Amino acid sequence: MNTLLRVEDIHKCYGKERVLTGVSFEMMKGDTKVIIGPSGTGKSTLLRCINRLTPADKGRVWLEDEEITHTRTNINRIRAQIGFVFQDFNLFSHLTALGNVRIAPTKVKGMKKAEATRLAMEELERVGLADKAGAYPAELSGGQQQRVSIARALAMSPKLILFDEPTSALDPELIGEVLDVMISLAKEGMTMLVVTHEMGFARAVADEIIFMERGIIVEHGPPAQLFSSPKHRRTGEFLHKITELYGETV
Amino acid sequence: MIEGLRAIWPFIPGLLRASLINIELLLALIVVGFVVGTVVALLQVYGGRFLGTLARIYEWIFRSIPALVLLFLFYYGPPRFGLDISSFAAATLALGFRSSAYQSQIFRGAILTTPTGQMMAARSMGMSRVRAIVTIVLPQAFRLSIPGWTNEFSSVVKDTTLAYAVGFNEVMRSARIIMDSAYELAMLAFIAVALVFLVLTYAGNAAMGGVERKFRIPGLQMPGSGAKDHGR
Repeated sequence: MNTLLRVEDIHKCYGKERVLTGVSFEMMKGDTKVIIGPSGTGKSTLLRCINRLTPADKGRVWLEDEEITHTRTNINRIRAQIGFVFQDFNLFSHLTALGNVRIAPTKVKGMKKAEATRLAMEELERVGLADKAGAYPAELSGGQQQRVSIARALAMSPKLILFDEPTSALDPELIGEVLDVMISLAKEGMTMLVVTHEMGFARAVADEIIFMERGIIVEHGPPAQLFSSPKHRRTGEFLHKITELYGETV
Repeated sequence: MIEGLRAIWPFIPGLLRASLINIELLLALIVVGFVVGTVVALLQVYGGRFLGTLARIYEWIFRSIPALVLLFLFYYGPPRFGLDISSFAAATLALGFRSSAYQSQIFRGAILTTPTGQMMAARSMGMSRVRAIVTIVLPQAFRLSIPGWTNEFSSVVKDTTLAYAVGFNEVMRSARIIMDSAYELAMLAFIAVALVFLVLTYAGNAAMGGVERKFRIPGLQMPGSGAKDHGR
């Protein structure tokens, strides 16, 4: 089997607060997995432990056969292969949409500017924003900014993209356009690990939903199974609650 | 009055030539101040405990000692150790280092204003810390620094006259020569010097305003700077 990502027994504390207490899972190439759970459960921390934006206290992570968590690993080379989409976009505010998408290929991969521009325009096209190439982040709506940030991740041809609540900072009417882009990515076979409350998205494309609570994985399984016959009472309660709260945009 | 103007007229070309020397000194010291100030700001923000402390001590020293004292230290100090230093070099270093201490605080404030998410996004795509600072943080911080920097510029323009004290042939010395040759022209000579600085400061501010407009980016300005945001 093509295991792309292996997460093994990740622990993380902030001071005395134990945020992650032994999280393990695997992803195959082309998988889309959705992580759900109450806030403060360590979902975002887990994503950050994967590409070492936050160092884990204990546990190991592999990307294919390379151990990310090994201190000898060149983390910049690994991060260049893992896209990260933030809740609040974090587009570079001094660069246009085009500049944002082009910067990593040129500065990290050393691609020629002309080639990177062509690539960046393709990626902007892919998220439906080629006409906004010259706009600065402040001139774009939240939904457009998030789509640019997805294009920015795509421009590095990542093996995996991590999404940290990509629609939580958006006005409700802008969520759909971002989810549409993510759904088409999932269908194209991109490997995606998504922290989200969007159950419509999960039902549409997730191979598996991972339910986390208090720093551990309580239950995981295909969406249909988790919705219809969860093994744990808490899973069912939580799914019911967020579907009611957030609805299903997709 | 008319007579006075007629009497001082022959001195004006010399006075203007001397002003050019002030401009030369200004450019030299502002470059020193910019380069060193940027390094000091970076060390204060990213340098860790040891280098950060060194940078803070440097800043404290050059912000505390009066400019005139610094000038004398840099002019009369090196010869004690057998080092020849020109008055231009002494003035450039003394005033340049002093300005670097002030500039470092402008840059440091701007760097700290840059949201941490910018750095995080840069690191998440595989940039090293240094590359992220150079390509993401500094370009934003420099833009945010322009208003504060314009202020520092107006201040150091005037500081160039202090170089007079170490025998530098600048505009104040030129005025002094006029005064020595005809005491009744003293007032007019210093008015001429004042006019030179009114023009220099005006030109400098206008140029910096142009720079600010050229580099203005929607949504990127110092909080509360009042500059109009052209975002939609």
